[in-house]
Amino acid sequence: MKNIKVLGSGCRNCQTTYELIRKAAEEKGITIQLEKIEDIGQIMGYGVMSTPGVVIDGKVVHAGGVPDRKQVESWLTN
Amino acid sequence: MFDALASLIVYQWMALDPASRLGSAVHFFVMDTVQIFVMLVVIIYVMGLLRALLSPEKVRDYVRGKPKWLARSSAVTLGAITPFCSCSSVPLFIGFVEAGIPLGVTYSFLIASPMINEVAAVILLGILGWELTLMYIAAGLTVAYVGGMVMERFKPERWVEDYVWNIHMGKMTLPEPDTSLAGRHRYAWSEVKILVGRLWRWVIAGIAVGALFHGYVPEGWVSEHLGGKDNWLAVPGAVLLGIPLYSNATGVIPVAEAMLGKGVAVGTTLAFMMSIAALSLPELIILRKVIKWPGLALFSGVLAVAFMLVGWGFNLLA
Repeated sequence: MKNIKVLGSGCRNCQTTYELIRKAAEEKGITIQLEKIEDIGQIMGYGVMSTPGVVIDGKVVHAGGVPDRKQVESWLTN
Repeated sequence: MFDALASLIVYQWMALDPASRLGSAVHFFVMDTVQIFVMLVVIIYVMGLLRALLSPEKVRDYVRGKPKWLARSSAVTLGAITPFCSCSSVPLFIGFVEAGIPLGVTYSFLIASPMINEVAAVILLGILGWELTLMYIAAGLTVAYVGGMVMERFKPERWVEDYVWNIHMGKMTLPEPDTSLAGRHRYAWSEVKILVGRLWRWVIAGIAVGALFHGYVPEGWVSEHLGGKDNWLAVPGAVLLGIPLYSNATGVIPVAEAMLGKGVAVGTTLAFMMSIAALSLPELIILRKVIKWPGLALFSGVLAVAFMLVGWGFNLLA
């Protein structure tokens, strides 16, 4: 099971990103472990300065904006 | 072109009288809305295609480890060419501190970033012409450069929140961007959506204020109170008025357009624009997460004085 973290200190785009991933996983019937990281120290710990960022199994795959739907699906399926 | 289109819509289709206050206000609103939004979309899209939009991570890498004058020049320049959202101020600040970039340089960046960006610069050029654009950019860069130097004199390290010093940033390598044409288009289009989504409220509000000013504020009143060079108080008034008001650099353009159109002095207008874009309560509240109140008070004071000098300077020159 994939562990996906959405990094962001509570801005709206971060919330959108979180929902986007949750819905995409639900529609594809893939179970994931999804978390939100709001602590700035932890966010910066991943080297991310522009939020929202996305971390999959400990690796940053995206930073600085809401990812598009296709991207999200590719994260879930491979 | 935009003028003719707005005339067609407002005077022909809506049948408003061009000589009436309402007619001229609505005309201003329609013309600026169409022009600014068309320009916003085109500029952001083109920049996205060229992948010219820098991320804060890249800016940090450019600035770190450089000699101070070079670090400051690049911080000011990069701050000026990146349309960052004020919500990135905190991570930017921490990232700069963590990279060992001097605080004065970080302040220079924080001043330049909201005040100038390339999107606003092109729109400024389209609406108010090259002279004003040049004045605004030159004054803005100078304020950012010198403002950061002045801040440094006061040893601002003591006003940084303690936890900031303890944050350790990890290393990250972002996946290589997709540089095919389709990939560039996708990226450019998503940037358009993100940036326009973030800016449109401020722009509409700015245009509405500009339109009301354009249509309803009598010229005689303006030239009497805000036009003359002799009225020294107009500049500090404009700066003070700008502090509680906030808009981004793009949103203030239509307001400035209306002010200049009615004969408000150039320096006063510039001071007002800068105060609205760079010095605002919401921005200060965001920065409060990393900077203690005395530091913020000094920051606001330095900026307010700088904007007044800009205003008086240009009013004298004009």
